[in-house]
Amino acid sequence: MTNVALTVNGVRHEADVEPRLLLVYYLRETLGLKGTNVGCDTSSCGACTILVDGQSVKSCTLLTAQADGSDVTTIEGLAADGELHPVQQAFHEQHALQCGYCTPGFVMATVSLLQENPSPSEEEIRHGLEGNLCRCTGYHNIVRAVEAAARAGA
Amino acid sequence: MIPAAFEYARAGSVEEAIELLGRDEDAKVLAGGHSLIPALKLRIARPSVLVDIGRLEGLSYVREDGDVVAIGALTRHAALVRDPVLAARCPLIAHAAELVGDPQVRHLGTIGGSLAHADPASDLGAVALVLDGELVARGPNGERTIPMTEFFTGPFTNALGPQELLTEIRVPTVERGVYLKYQRSVRDWATVGVAAAVVDGRVQVGLASMGATPLRASAVEEALAGGASPADAAARAGDGTEPPADVNASSEYRAHLARVLVRRALEQL
Repeated sequence: MTNVALTVNGVRHEADVEPRLLLVYYLRETLGLKGTNVGCDTSSCGACTILVDGQSVKSCTLLTAQADGSDVTTIEGLAADGELHPVQQAFHEQHALQCGYCTPGFVMATVSLLQENPSPSEEEIRHGLEGNLCRCTGYHNIVRAVEAAARAGA
Repeated sequence: MIPAAFEYARAGSVEEAIELLGRDEDAKVLAGGHSLIPALKLRIARPSVLVDIGRLEGLSYVREDGDVVAIGALTRHAALVRDPVLAARCPLIAHAAELVGDPQVRHLGTIGGSLAHADPASDLGAVALVLDGELVARGPNGERTIPMTEFFTGPFTNALGPQELLTEIRVPTVERGVYLKYQRSVRDWATVGVAAAVVDGRVQVGLASMGATPLRASAVEEALAGGASPADAAARAGDGTEPPADVNASSEYRAHLARVLVRRALEQL
């Protein structure tokens, strides 16, 4: 076992974990934060995307031990005081989801993208979301939502 | 998918990492983890101990060192993409780094991890070869420099000793360079990748996914040095290679892609 201490959505957690425990399972099964989905489990689909120290990463390809000392944000940590985060609001308004399974990952990837590039072109949005798959192929509305979120200053 | 059990040790310094690697012959180095963790999950890799160097201070940098650009082994791909020294002194590396994986992968993957993993399809492997770079490795007997052309020894194997840690990548100032790759989707490995650069006035060409390791396209380089046109030189891109056949491409198709991509790269150079 290895001891880790990390902050998840503003709350500090400390635990003894198996070294092989992937962060996504720590979040989902230990902390009960099931908004982060496991899709492909091979770092391809991006459904498990979260922020670690502000940057998008795939939590199925990160050991919990590697995240020791980090500041983690999951989809549950985005809304503040009952108000949707501007990216969540934009996904809602632009209907940027069909089945919704990929949505938490796309939202987190978008938050990271807009921090790096606050007003991306359509091409930059598509390039910037290459790490996420929507098997309903709902990409057009996702791109519209990212544009709307950028306009809203997300 | 759950990795097989292993022990985990986080190194606080390069010296400690070297010492930890010496404790067990099946120990493996963990940097960004974006090649190793997928292999652990598939249980292709089953190390006894993971020595995590991901948080080591002082191994993430890009700086000018005389005529050379020195890159710390733990520099993340995303940092390479936006680095001002690389933009001015060796833009080929920044450009190729932007084609590695996807944004999430680039946030964690490191240049040293990518090279040490020694994937025959490595984008940065082909680039480092074409730049005639050098690698700095530290082990129990101190530091040594390994020419990039001697680093890859076979598929997923390299010239590092079991207790040696790759610490720095050194490349010359190279203003003109191109990296082109063909892939079925962004998350696939390069079906074929081609790097071309003008190094010390000489055109050098590297190939990814055309053999057991990233390669130099020696036949193309010799043809160019002998005065051949880019199109004639590119026709020799498959000479001396043994391209693999897999679900993405046959050997013949890879050789065809190499000829086309080398011609395009030379025309763009």
